[in-house]
Amino acid sequence: MPDKRVGGYLDAASTQPLHPAARDALMAAIDSGWADPGRLYREARRARMLLDAARESIASTLGARADEVAFTASGTDAVTSGVHGLARGRARLGRRVLASAVEHASVLQAARSLGPEVLETVGVDHLGRIDVDALDAALADGDTTALAVQSANHEVGTRQPLDQVRAHAERNGVPLLVDAAQTVGREPVAPYWDVLAASAHKWGGPAGVGVLAVRTGVRWRSTAPDGAREGGRVPGFENVPGVVAAAAALEAVWADAARESARLSALVDLVRARVPVEVPDTVVLGDPVDRLPHVVTFSCLYVEGEALLGDLDRLGFAVSSGSSCVADSLEPSHVLAAMGALTHGNVRVSLPVGVGEADVVRFLDELPGVVARVRAALGATDL
Amino acid sequence: MTDATDGTAPPPYDRLLDERGSRCPIPVVNLARMANADPRARLLLLADDPAADSDVPAWCSLRGKVLAWTGPAPDGCGRAYLVVPPRM
Repeated sequence: MPDKRVGGYLDAASTQPLHPAARDALMAAIDSGWADPGRLYREARRARMLLDAARESIASTLGARADEVAFTASGTDAVTSGVHGLARGRARLGRRVLASAVEHASVLQAARSLGPEVLETVGVDHLGRIDVDALDAALADGDTTALAVQSANHEVGTRQPLDQVRAHAERNGVPLLVDAAQTVGREPVAPYWDVLAASAHKWGGPAGVGVLAVRTGVRWRSTAPDGAREGGRVPGFENVPGVVAAAAALEAVWADAARESARLSALVDLVRARVPVEVPDTVVLGDPVDRLPHVVTFSCLYVEGEALLGDLDRLGFAVSSGSSCVADSLEPSHVLAAMGALTHGNVRVSLPVGVGEADVVRFLDELPGVVARVRAALGATDL
Repeated sequence: MTDATDGTAPPPYDRLLDERGSRCPIPVVNLARMANADPRARLLLLADDPAADSDVPAWCSLRGKVLAWTGPAPDGCGRAYLVVPPRM
């Protein structure tokens, strides 16, 4: 049973607790799906059936064919394998990997790890939306092995115009990798991708299950050693119970997604409306409308991020921050910096499925007092 | 705003605020304090906090000031930001 906290867990964009349907499926699959799905005897066939059924289910939600879907050890592995596989498959066609400046760090790191000057980022506007004209110009330079653009931004929520992005990419013969970690299970997966990556724990599945989908016909070559499983894409023994649980969680949340996403979106609207009015000198970031249903970020002038998060934690609220003055990071979030946004005193609120409206309202009720106290501690009350 | 990364010296200023070694939000807090005390002054802020590149322009937008120039600090350590009142 997940521990109940006073206040609220408001950091769903980092992870969500295991969905009850997933827990049941996980326990059952641990008992019945432990054998090696690659062998031929009865226990093995049972494990294979469980794995393939889970694959069919997840593929269907993604709008992919089962044979296009492979399970990795994490979302980061899926993204890394996705980028590296495109680079390997298209090595003679280009050297650069283009990516929006606001991609998740794992995407940028996957490109950087291919070598110096491989990664080239494409700028965004003040809402965090990719500059499609700049993208067009960058693509026109050629020498591009892959383009990576997320479905929507994990820090500010802004959705990316994947229809336009893919059209430009296709015209230039460049495959598009979409990091869909924040949208799978919440919104329909639009068909504008050549490679897609997702992460089960983001939708309430267990940690340790990532999803890599590669469209048939895309020039993608696995960087896994020979003999890898999952159609040669992923090394290592398949995590059958984890994959089964991931599929169960996705089925459960997807069945209710339209209604729940609308409910969460209205709560985000409430945050976006109240924060700038009730907390002086605060900027709410990202597109107010064309955005994820569950994510909202704001920055508070003259506020030290770590102190703010600490005080909020003491009041029972779990949130995260893109400020450099939080934890061990010396640099502010690359997403906020790329948007030219205020980075200090930043709070990201991301609502888990099933969050109580009362928790969100209480957070908003407490926030002005917390910010005032943190500002007073810096002597910044009347600036 | 002119971004002079070729090492040219900043335009004339009235007051200097050296916040190198300070971490966010302190450079902007002290910038605001100085700007409130001297609203018509041209202020040169020196900072080496990576967040300053985003936060100084963001603060200027919020407070109706103009970030007229950025470049390397005169002695080469950190960055310099020239913040001036808007043209009346």
